[in-house]
Amino acid sequence: MVPKTWHRLWLLLLPYIGLLWVPFYNFREPALFGIPFFYWYQLAWVPVSALLTWIAYRTYSHED
Amino acid sequence: MRTDVDTTALAVFLFFFALVTIMGFIAARWRRPKTLAVLDEWGLGGRQFGTWITWFLVGGDFYTAYTVIAVPALVYSVGAYGFFALPYTIIVYPFVFSVMPKLWHVAKEHGYVTAADVVHGWYGSRALEVAVAATGVVATMPYIALQLVGMATAIKALGLVGELPLIAAFVVLALYTYSSGLRAPALIAFVKDAMIYIVVIAAIALIPGQLGGYSAVFAGADEAFKAKGSGGILLAPSQYAAYASLALGSALAAFMYPHTLTGVFASRSANTIRKNAVLLPAYTLMLGLLALLGYMGRAAHLKIASANDVVPVLFHTLFASWFAGFAFAAIAIGALVPAAVMSIGAANLFTRNFWKAYVDPQVTPAGEAAVAKIASLVVKIGALLVILYLPTQFALDLQLLGGLWILQTLPALVFRLFTRWLTAPALLAGWAVGLFGGTYLAWTDGLKPLHALTFGYTKVTAYVGLIALAANVTTVVLVNLGVTSLTKRPSS
Repeated sequence: MVPKTWHRLWLLLLPYIGLLWVPFYNFREPALFGIPFFYWYQLAWVPVSALLTWIAYRTYSHED
Repeated sequence: MRTDVDTTALAVFLFFFALVTIMGFIAARWRRPKTLAVLDEWGLGGRQFGTWITWFLVGGDFYTAYTVIAVPALVYSVGAYGFFALPYTIIVYPFVFSVMPKLWHVAKEHGYVTAADVVHGWYGSRALEVAVAATGVVATMPYIALQLVGMATAIKALGLVGELPLIAAFVVLALYTYSSGLRAPALIAFVKDAMIYIVVIAAIALIPGQLGGYSAVFAGADEAFKAKGSGGILLAPSQYAAYASLALGSALAAFMYPHTLTGVFASRSANTIRKNAVLLPAYTLMLGLLALLGYMGRAAHLKIASANDVVPVLFHTLFASWFAGFAFAAIAIGALVPAAVMSIGAANLFTRNFWKAYVDPQVTPAGEAAVAKIASLVVKIGALLVILYLPTQFALDLQLLGGLWILQTLPALVFRLFTRWLTAPALLAGWAVGLFGGTYLAWTDGLKPLHALTFGYTKVTAYVGLIALAANVTTVVLVNLGVTSLTKRPSS
């Protein structure tokens, strides 16, 4: 299975960068609904990461 | 911890437990195969699970009962550091998306059932096959034992004492796994996951209200950690590398385990797996919210003997009896699904990579299924004996080492999807260096997951499994350079 098109797999690197570099998000402020930034930032990556994966998914053919 | 039996909670608990038991036995007839006496049917559910079944099965199997207890417990004990489970279960999916569909293709094309089958097919090395298979079985055993810890915590929270309820629950599990194979946990996963979602949504919607809102929860937790003098709701700079390396190492290890790979191989198509990499993060969101229960426990000033009791005691204190019973049932049933899939994954490895490889190479497909069914019983009984007769800490330590061990099979199982350059001796050497070196490091550190590395004047503390993997990969590359320069192999 040789990919014929560029599958936008680079998008999948973004969650690794966003989450593994801890100094990006180890803060208390700005809080959201009383939840410190550290927590809601990481929680927000869940839908963002799913969305990026979905974009990559759309570039695959779906028969296999 | 209360010791009187709460009859309402117990009745609700027993109702749901009976329900899934019946489902477990009925599962043998679900999507009825011509016969269950084939390993592909018993051990992989016929490789026909579509998007939704796979979503429930892998979700139910990866986010285990032990997770539900242990992640909030760790957050309760140490604060922000315990939250690494969240980045871990986010970055695992891009990895699954990029790697697992390819692996599924290989397994499907050649009829492989286990990771060790795949490795043997690629490299033709019995030694490497056994290394991968043995690592899988040994890493899975303590994981099953920990599911029992999760189940025991829920049973204890109901006020039941003694070991009999746990033994009874496990015998029932063993019997329907024996008769229905992977179909049993796949069917039960629907109930388990629905119940867990209901419990978590109720918990995060209701409990903060009773404690004065999320700002009060975090403020309360912050104060509690300051009073305690350790932990905190943010990471200390010295914890950055530990946090990130634990997340990355755990994510790379997660789908090397036999139970998660069984879920992958049981899928109908590569596309099913890709779609699931998009959909499974829903469980991660649940896990992240669940982790916050640790802080709610701090803010509620719970009096608990062990951190593992934080979730059950919180539920008992803040929920009505019937809903607490429902929540405990969710946790106990939550242990059944992973325990079943883990024992099936280990049984598949034993059958394919020990029995078929060494004892009876001519074994028929029906013979394979028979061996696997017995093996699944043996594995579960072994886990039960470990929990009954050895200290829980033993299972915890082994589980920690299990993560380190299983991670060392990654080069053998994954690298071939991207390059044909590597050879079996190099991969075997890397596996041995990673596994034994990593175990030695963890052992000398007193079985802690973190190891301090010193580079000149800077000290970095990182996950020992990932350090071992780095040593593993370095060895693989160096030995392979040696092997390929010594042998002039005809280009294939």
